[in-house]
This record gives sequence, C-alpha cells and structure tokens, in this order.
Amino acid sequence: MRIVTALLAAEDPSQSISPILPETKEIIWGGLAFLIILGLLIKFAGPPIKKGLADRTARIQGELDRSSQARAQAEAEAAEIRSALGDVEAERERLLAEAGAEAEALLVEGRARLEEEVIDLRTKYAMELQSAGGRLNEEVMAEVGVVSVAAIETAVRASLDDATQQRLIEEFITKVGASR
Amino acid sequence: MSDERIEGYARALFEVARVEGTLDEVEDELFRFARSFESNRSLRSTLMDDEIPVERRLAVISDLLEGKATPTTVQLISMVVGSGRGKDLPKIVDRLVARAAGSKQLEVAEVRTAVALTPDQTTRLAAALTNATGKQLNLKVVVDPSVLGGVIATVGDDVIDGSVRTRLEQLKSRL
Repeated sequence: MRIVTALLAAEDPSQSISPILPETKEIIWGGLAFLIILGLLIKFAGPPIKKGLADRTARIQGELDRSSQARAQAEAEAAEIRSALGDVEAERERLLAEAGAEAEALLVEGRARLEEEVIDLRTKYAMELQSAGGRLNEEVMAEVGVVSVAAIETAVRASLDDATQQRLIEEFITKVGASR
Repeated sequence: MSDERIEGYARALFEVARVEGTLDEVEDELFRFARSFESNRSLRSTLMDDEIPVERRLAVISDLLEGKATPTTVQLISMVVGSGRGKDLPKIVDRLVARAAGSKQLEVAEVRTAVALTPDQTTRLAAALTNATGKQLNLKVVVDPSVLGGVIATVGDDVIDGSVRTRLEQLKSRL
C-alpha cells in the first residue's frame, strides 16, 4: 500500500502523502475487513483451536500424570531395591556369620578329634612300645632260658658218670619201694 | 591195621613162642626190638619201606639180630615184616607181651633207664614197683639214652618218672 501511495505521489507531486498514516478510507475498509475476518476466525476457527488447546492440555496433563506415576513407581521400586539391597546385605551378613560359626565349630571339632587321635596314637604307641619291650624281655628271657638249660644240660650230662647213674637208679628204687 | 588183625598177629606170635618153649625169652627180645624199632627212625623207615624188596628187609633183620636173639624171635619178626605189617610191629609185640603177662597173671611194667640195670637192681626194682602198685609185674627194661639218668616206670596208665630228662624239661619250662 505504501509502495502504491509512494508511486501515486511520485506521479502527482502536488498531493501530500504521509509516509506513516494510511488514507482514512483504507483504514475504514481495512478495519472492517479485519473485523469480519476476525469474526469469521472466532466463529469458525475458535472451537477447533480451543479443542486443540484443551486436548493438548489434557495430553500434557496426562503425560505429567504418567510421569508422576512413573516417578512414584520408580521411587517405589527404588525403595524396594534399596530395601532388597538391605535384605541382601543382612542375608550376606547372616550367611557370613553362619559360615563363620560353622567354620569355628568345625575347627573346634577337628581340633578335638585331632587331639583325641593324638592321644590314641600316643597310647597305642606307648602300648606297642611296652608290648615290644615285654616281648623283647620275654625273648631275652627265653633265650637266656634256652642257653641256661643248654648249659645245665651239658653240665648234667658231664656229671652223669656211672656212679651217678647207679646212685640215681638206687634212689629211684628206694623211693618207689617206700611209696606204698 | 585193625585191632582185630593186630590181636590175631599177637596171638599167633604168642602161640608160636609158647609152643617153642621160649616164650619168656622171645617175648623179652621182641619187646626190646619193638622199642628199638620205635626209637630208631632209620630202622623204622627201612623195614616199612615197600620200595625195598622184602628179601632185603629180611636180610637187614637177620644181620641185626643174628647171634643176638633166638631164631624164633628172628623168624617171628621176619614174618611180620615180610607180610608187610612192619609198621604195626610195636603194637603187635605190645599185645603179645600183655598176653604173655596175662597168661601168668602179671601186668607189664615198662622201665626205661639210661644205663642197663644189674640183675639185682632189676629184681629190687620189680619188688619195689610191685610194692608200690600192688600188682604182680612182668618187668620190661628198655635202655633209652634219652632218659639221661634215673628211671621211668610205666605200669598200665601209671607213670613213675624219676628221670633226669624230665627234671631238665621241668627246669626248661620254669625258665
């Protein structure tokens, strides 16, 4: 419009043209057109726009609600996980304590058993040692006996001369004769 | 060999010796031979060995007893060994001795000594044993060096042991 006005002004330099304000008619017609269009817009485009805004608001609210729910759920899950972590920690502590107690019991039991075995072994070896000593003693005594008997037998045989033989026979006859 | 067969042989030997009139002598010789047979492993194995021909075994008997025993004794032992009953000779002889003693109302007393008894000792020992056992005895003396010294007298189941060997055995047991 200004360009057109500027062109008319250039063709008719006698007319004074404001570079800022339009002509009055133009303002009136332009204002009417504007109002008509505004009215049409309000009549026909208003409800869909309102509905679109309402839908958008509802969608945003829904998303906000879902986000809130998700957050609440996430927080609940986080709490649960924290609780579960706490339980796991407690379970771990319990298991460790239990394992420690069992290990201690096993250690005590093993130590007791080991001590018993050591005592048994000591007793057994002491008895075996004693037995071996006894056997050795018996064997030595038996050997001494054998040697002694052999020596005595040799001495007796050497002493059994005719006179001794006769004396033994006479003693036997006398003893048997007197035994009735 | 069964008891019946042993008894049969003993009876046969007894009758032969009795008929020959040498019962006492034969009985005594058989008894001594039987004891030698028991104590001498070499003699025992020779006379019991079926692998050795009978003639050879009889020759051994003859060599051993020739001039030391009556012919009847040699023949009786040869008969027993020749019939393959050498193993049972001691039992047969013991039955014969018991039978002979029984025929005289006597009981056999086996006396083992390390050295031979004099006749006087034999008589006195028989009297002493008779006195001790209350039985009339037929004394059989066996010289057994293993006795070492003293006397072992066996009358039936009774044993009177006064031997050095037994005393040594007792000493050995105590030691």
